[in-house]
Amino acid sequence: MTDEEIVKDLAVILNEVAGVDQSKVSAEKSFLDDLEVDSLSMVEVVMAAEDKFGVKIPDEEVKNLKTVGDAVSFIKKSA
Amino acid sequence: MTRRVVITGLGAVTPIGKNVDENWNNAVNGVSGIDLINHDWADSLNTKIAGLVKINPLDVLDKVQARRMDRSSQLGVIAVKEAWKDCGEPDISKERLGVYFGSGIGGLSTVLEQYEVLKQRGPDRVNPMTVPMIMPNSAAAMVGLEVHARAGVHSPVSACATSAEAIAGGLEMIRQNKADIVISGGTEACVVQLAIAAFSSMRALSTRNDEPKKASRPYDSARDGFVMSEGSGALILEEEQHALKRGAKIYGVLVGAGMSSDGYHIAAPEPEGNGASRAILNALSDAQITAADICHVNAHATSTPVGDIAEYKALSVALGKNLEKIVVTATKSITGHLLGGAGAVESIFTILALKNKMIPPTINLENKDESINLNVFNKKTNLNSTSNVALNNSFGFGGHNVCLAFKES
Repeated sequence: MTDEEIVKDLAVILNEVAGVDQSKVSAEKSFLDDLEVDSLSMVEVVMAAEDKFGVKIPDEEVKNLKTVGDAVSFIKKSA
Repeated sequence: MTRRVVITGLGAVTPIGKNVDENWNNAVNGVSGIDLINHDWADSLNTKIAGLVKINPLDVLDKVQARRMDRSSQLGVIAVKEAWKDCGEPDISKERLGVYFGSGIGGLSTVLEQYEVLKQRGPDRVNPMTVPMIMPNSAAAMVGLEVHARAGVHSPVSACATSAEAIAGGLEMIRQNKADIVISGGTEACVVQLAIAAFSSMRALSTRNDEPKKASRPYDSARDGFVMSEGSGALILEEEQHALKRGAKIYGVLVGAGMSSDGYHIAAPEPEGNGASRAILNALSDAQITAADICHVNAHATSTPVGDIAEYKALSVALGKNLEKIVVTATKSITGHLLGGAGAVESIFTILALKNKMIPPTINLENKDESINLNVFNKKTNLNSTSNVALNNSFGFGGHNVCLAFKES
């Protein structure tokens, strides 16, 4: 998958789970500060992403996923 | 001086309507909301009938908001949205806005769904919103968030008396000057296999599966149990001067509330209706009225053989000879039993009966139980009485008894 494809899939998940406007989702955006995804919603996003991309994102790793781009890199690395 | 409490907004979503107008029209016309349960899971059950709300919550609620709520909270918020709009969405300091809203069972369908997730997919797949969705105060909390209420959000749990107790709680909250407006009521959504099986094991449910719309038949000699329904009712309670000052529409006055407990059995009502009659007398006393002031009773009457008689005895003891001129109705014959939502929905019917001078029928009353001597009719009845107070009774498993007294404004 390309970075763009992963971002697009993440945007769908963020919209479904947290009501984030899909058009606002891009690599440099912070989950918390830009997209207002709170920590509980982030757990849901992580679970949905794990299902979607067939990866495992451990809690200690979630702390490092500040931006959408961080998540894309982790997903690509783990897939 | 006592702060008087008026009703300035109503909301209801039940098996007979998606708003108050539809509910009232179908109640007055006796249009039953009971149907066969259209799911495979009902096939193995003794009871295969229930009253389901016929709207999709996602058509009314924001997608993310709905996703974070059990169906019980979804229906509660839908009823509250209607009531809040109906009262004019007043510009009130949020510190003076309270919530008293309950559910008898809570987020049971979410419990079951997430337990399936746990078993099928493992603990790390359990939805992180599970706890806020299943806690019994969830509906009240979601209602509080909907309007940003900050005077206090309270959530009584007393089985089928829940939403009546919530209205009584809201009355006290305003009387004690802790709020000027309280959103009160309750909700239920537990028409699921386990709940039907469990109530069925108690032999509490009707098994008249071949005639769903005739199954809920309070006071009829062939009644064989209640019919479970889902839905919610919401009432905006407001301090009278606050309502008058802003020119609010006033439906009626909540003149009093009475509560008691049976101290008798975990599920069965005290057979002589002693607990229930004390709740009624407490309501009269709280409202500073007498039995002679009562013109109408919306009874708890669920259509169980024992419960309907115990309530009749309670009414006889509390209201005495005045009962002869009081018109009683059992709207559960039409709606089924909304459990934690029942008291609020029936309070709405009580208020609208006073306002419209029209009492909804008790449908399916074909051969009245001879041991029950009440003025109860299977046709809608005009309300023409010099008395102007109506009562709404609600009783819950556990021996909780609540009686609310409403007056025309």
